[in-house]
Order: sequence, then structure tokens, then C-alpha cells
Amino acid sequence: MPTNETPRLEVRKTYKLYVGGAFPRSESGRSYVVNNAKGKFLANASQASRKDARDAVVAARMAFGGWHARTAYNRGQVLYRIAEVMEGRHQQFSTEVAAGEGISIGKARAVVDASIDRWVWYAGWADKLAQVVGSSNPVAGPYFDFSLPEATGVVAVLAPQDSSLLGLTSVIAPAIVSGNTVVAVSSYERPLPAVTLGEVMATSDVPGGVVNILTGSASEIGPWLASHQDVNAIDLCGVASEDEARDLEIAAAGNLKRVRRPADEDWTADQGLSRLTQYLELKTVWHPIGV
Amino acid sequence: MSRFEYAPAPESRAIVDIKSSYGLFINGQFVDATDGKPFKTVSPASEEVLAEVSEAGPADVDKAVRAARKAFDKVWGPMSGKDRAKYLFRIARLIQERARELAVLESLDNGKPIRESRDVDIPLVAAHFFYYAGWADKLEYAGVGDDPRPWGVAGQVIPWNFPMLMLAWKIAPALAAGNTVVLKPAETTPLTALAFAEICRQADLPPGVVNIVTGAGHTGQALVEHPDVDKVAFTGSTDVGRAIARSVAGTRKAVTLELGGKAANIVFEDAPIDQTIEGIVNGIFFNQGHVCCAGSRLLVQESVYDEVLGRLKRRMETLRVGDPLDKNTDIGAINSAAQLAKIRELSQIGEDEGAERWSPECELPANGFWFPPTVFTGVSQAHRIAREEIFGPVLSVLTFRTPAEAVEKANNTPFGLSAGIWTEKGSRILWMANQLRAGVVWANTFNRFDPTSPFGGYKESGYGREGGRHGLEAYLAH
Repeated sequence: MPTNETPRLEVRKTYKLYVGGAFPRSESGRSYVVNNAKGKFLANASQASRKDARDAVVAARMAFGGWHARTAYNRGQVLYRIAEVMEGRHQQFSTEVAAGEGISIGKARAVVDASIDRWVWYAGWADKLAQVVGSSNPVAGPYFDFSLPEATGVVAVLAPQDSSLLGLTSVIAPAIVSGNTVVAVSSYERPLPAVTLGEVMATSDVPGGVVNILTGSASEIGPWLASHQDVNAIDLCGVASEDEARDLEIAAAGNLKRVRRPADEDWTADQGLSRLTQYLELKTVWHPIGV
Repeated sequence: MSRFEYAPAPESRAIVDIKSSYGLFINGQFVDATDGKPFKTVSPASEEVLAEVSEAGPADVDKAVRAARKAFDKVWGPMSGKDRAKYLFRIARLIQERARELAVLESLDNGKPIRESRDVDIPLVAAHFFYYAGWADKLEYAGVGDDPRPWGVAGQVIPWNFPMLMLAWKIAPALAAGNTVVLKPAETTPLTALAFAEICRQADLPPGVVNIVTGAGHTGQALVEHPDVDKVAFTGSTDVGRAIARSVAGTRKAVTLELGGKAANIVFEDAPIDQTIEGIVNGIFFNQGHVCCAGSRLLVQESVYDEVLGRLKRRMETLRVGDPLDKNTDIGAINSAAQLAKIRELSQIGEDEGAERWSPECELPANGFWFPPTVFTGVSQAHRIAREEIFGPVLSVLTFRTPAEAVEKANNTPFGLSAGIWTEKGSRILWMANQLRAGVVWANTFNRFDPTSPFGGYKESGYGREGGRHGLEAYLAH
């Protein structure tokens, strides 16, 4: 038996996109270098193209009907399952967050804790939204009239650039809990936790296509998502430049997308209802009352 | 069998006192427009000139926004919700007291039947002010967090199809939430908004809280793009809505848009037939079809197609088209020459594309803008009359076999404002209502409105809701 065993050579991970429940590389064949906060090479990430974005929208649209039709109870269960599976990968997320964001492993653990807790928080909203946001309306006439919230459809998310996991969680969870499907473009500099989150999605009973994660440049992909006729809403929180945000809003006006504008947000704070209601439509149903 | 003929029953015009010319209502006063370009508003039923109205230019809009800002900062914003509520209750009462006059004025300027302005529009206007008056001192209970705040100055642009009702939908929640407003009524129907300005004076509403600037598209654009407007609310066409969404891009303005529609009115074979025929007629011929949520695409299950069409045509033969001020009139005048031309053009396209056009025999008045109630059969989904909003008394009929097919066809449009379902089967109603991508679903009824009931669209029919708690929410930052 050899006495001086050499350290095991690690198997490194190939980071890919997450589209329609599968992990393709970019159709463009492109990748880009991801460094840690100190500039040391971490990995090559896929650099998503316009075609990847379109494929992701197709996948999200395909998934919308089924996801939207699930019971609220079931969607809540699936979101909670995401939190459970993340818990099992705590170490991996912590390492990636620490490397990408340049924070200590202790702080990174706290970020992962907060991210998991956020999934749990949103999971609980699934079967409460209709009661809080919906209503029975006392109209002046013999009609039963009620209003219920419904998912808007396919939501494009340009995720926060700085907060690579907690920020990403905070923008995806409120969109999908009500039945929307999502195409998210991750932080460009810090995409690794996003890829790992995709792997969590794939193993958390989230149907393929409900969440699609593209790594790459929001500046490059954003305009295609903003002008896409089959995207119903767009979250611009990861766009730093005001000019860029304005241009994306103009493009989004093409099919009257619901637009969430960028704002300075504290991702550690309680999120309130606004991100949930941003991606809801309210449907009002009237029926006569009589015998 | 001989039929009883209706004798004419015209509503008296004497109740209305129309001035020969009107200024803009800014800071509690009627003032002349600075560039002074007047335009005329006519009765669409007779083409008679009713009054001359001022066109507000950018300088006038600026003046109105400044007045609104000042009123927001000094008076309306700091005022207690309780007092704001009282002002709104006063306005609601004044509207009730002057209901007859407002209804006649509305029918004169808009061309809609007095039966509708008297029984639908104006009562709903008062109801909206009453409803939102009660919210003014209860904002912290509106479910939008514990510190709801008004946006500030609201710039509001409304259409010509329900001039006074749209004013109420916009102004009542805005004021209840503590905003001040600058409102631009449509250029063809400014008179009831100007009458409303007088009502604000009778209510002693503080100057600047409500400002009315008349004019056309450029006035609206100046208002929407004014840098000191915090909240934009628009009701009108999807194209203009898109332009507004573009123009506010990159600003911090809050926006709500109520835009076009192409509602499917879906009739199943077990539908209560008499009510259904009335519902179809109400759905498309109410207000001459100048309704964004009009049931303009009739989807009939094949098995009852012949019966429904036969009965519908028979019912259409009894519709009376003519003088809007006649209490017997069902269908009034088309609002403007331009709108009439658009309806004619799209109807011609319907024929050219192969759909079959039918209207009952009816004599149209010699003057004014008129279009007979019209139904197109043999319409396919690709036809323009099945895809585009006609905004007139024109119904396109399609058929389906299964509920799934009805859903597929109903949702096959970029719009998503409203839909109708006609069936006796409750479980089917609820299933259909679930499947339809529309903001309002009327089951076994159509075109119902109420201040407590949220209204608004999916997809390209706009964003935000009006009416109810949700309509209030649109005027609160939270």
C-alpha cells in the first residue's frame, strides 16, 4: 500500500444553462470566464444568446398552463421542496456565494440561510394570496361578483447583479408562487449560485420550464426579452444604467408588458406584497342571483 | 299581426344651459387658453354646434399641473381623510341633484341614448363618488400596507364613449387617495367634464384639486409627459396606450392603462335562450358598441347556431335607431364622423374578406353620424373583423363545438379585457371562467358595472384595475 497518497484531484463542475428542465450549453457555443471576487479563475459559464432566450421563453410558455393550473396548495409544496433541497446543498451554495461576492464563508452561510428562508416565506403565500388580494364585491344588484388573482403569464427577470443568490431568490420566488413561469438572466459576474439553483429546481418537483435560468449579459439578452411578444412581464431590477432601463421599458411597451422598474433594494429586508402583486392579474366574475 | 308603434318621447333639452364658449378649468377658475385655439363640439345626432371649447397647449397644461401641485402640497395632501371624504360625498350628492341635466348634456354631446345616460351612466357616476368618498378616511385599511400615500399629481386622459363615467372612474379614487388631478376629456365630448367643473365649485372644492384641460391628442400628450405629473391614468385605444407606456419609460411615473378589447361572448347549447339573446344585444349594441369591453365576437355552439342567429336577427329588427334624446331609442348616434368612417371601413373589409353582412331594415336620420346594428356571419378567426376592435355596433359571429375549442378561440387575441359565458351549467361557468384570459367575465349577463367591482384587462388590454379596493390601490404609493 502506498503510504504517501497524493491529494485527490477534484472533479470540476461544468456550469450550463437551465432551460425547459434540461441543462444545455448555449446554442451559440459561447462561454465566459467567471472569476472570484479576487480575480482568480473559478469556471467558464455558458454565455446565453438571443436564441437561448427565445428557447427559454418557449419553454416557459409551454410550462405556464400546467403550472398555473396546479392547486395553490401544490405550488406551495413545491416551493417548500425547493427550500428543502437547497438546505441539502448548503455548503455548495455557501462556497459559491463566498467566492463570487467576496464575503467570508460565515457571511455567505447567512446569505444562504436567508435565501432558503425566503423560499419558505413565499411557499406559504401560495394558498393565501387569493384570500388577501381577492374579494367578493358587494355590487348594487342581484349579482354574485367576485375577484380572484391570477398569474400574469411568462415573466422575464433580469436578476440583481450584486446579490447572486438572495437577490435571485427574491425575484424568482414571488413570480412563480402565483403560477407564473420565469426566464431569469443571472448576475453576469456571479452566475454560479444561479446555475446551482437551476440544479435545485430540476430536483425539486418544479416542472421543467417553470424556471429557466440563463447565465450571460443582461445588456445583451435584456432587449430581446423586453421586446418579446410572448413575455407578459419584465423585472428590470438587475439593470444599473438608467438609459438602458428606459430603452428596455420602451421595448416592453410593444405588447404592454407589466414592467417592474429597477430600484435600490435591500434584499435582506421583508419583501412585502409588492413583488407578488406585480405579476398578478385580477379576474372579476359576475353571475346573476335568482331562483 | 299589427304592431303598436311608439310615439316619439323626446326628453326636454330645456333643462340644460349650454354656454356658447368655455375656457379651461384651472385652479378653480374658468380661464382662457393662452394660445387660444378654440374648437367646436357638435351633437353627433344632428351635427349642430353645441359650444366652442378651448384647446389647452403645453403652457396651459403646465399651469394646470402647477395648480394641482400647489393644491396637493398646501391643501388636499395635508387635509384629513375625513374632510376629503365629505367633499367627495358633497360632489356625489350634487351629481344626483343634477342627474337629469347631466344625462341630457351627455346624450347631446356624445350621441348615446338618453335611456342609457339617464339609467346607467349618471347613476354610476354618483355611485362611484359615493363609494370612493367612503375610502378617503380609511386608507390604512385598504390592504396596501400601513402607510399608504398618494402619488401627488395625477394626469388623467379619458375617452369619448362614457365621458362622465370615465371622469368619475378617474377622479373619485384619485381624490379619495389624496391626489390632485388634471383631467383631459376627449375632444368630441368635453361638456359634462366642464359641467363637473361647475359642480366642484358648488361643492367648494379647494381650487386646484380638480383641473380640467380640454383639447385633443397633443393636449393629452403634454399632460402625460409633463415632468411634474406623478401618476398617469389613461383609458382609450391600445395604440395610444402603447405610446403612453413608451413616453413614461425611464421616469418614475406610476401608470394605469385601460385599453381596447375584443371580447368573446360564448353561447353554449344549454344557454337560457331569451336572456342570452338580450345579453348578446346588450353586449354589442349598448352605447352603439362604443364599449371597450363590448361582446364583439359571438361564439355560438354549432348545435344552436341556427336558432340563436334567427332569434338574434328577429330581436335586432326591433331595435330603434335614432334621436338620442328620444326615450324609446335603443341605438343612438356614432360619436364622430371619424369614428363612423372607421366603422364603415372595417365593415367593408369584413365583406371583402368574405364574411356575410346583415342589418335589419332601418331608416337612418339624414343628418348626423349613424350606423345600423350589423351582424357578420361566416367569420373566421383570421378575419380582421374578428381580430380588430371596431368600436361600433358590429357583431362578428363564429362557432365552436367543444368547451375547449371555445376557450381556444376566445383566448386567441392579444386583448384580454372581458368575456361572456352563457350556459345553465354552473360547473361549466366556473371552469370557463377559470380558463378565459380576461379581466372581467360575465356569466349569464353582460356589460355590468359597479363601483365596488374591479375592472381592467389582461395582456394588451392594459394594466391596473379601476373600481373597488383595487382601483383605489392604483392611486396609492406603497
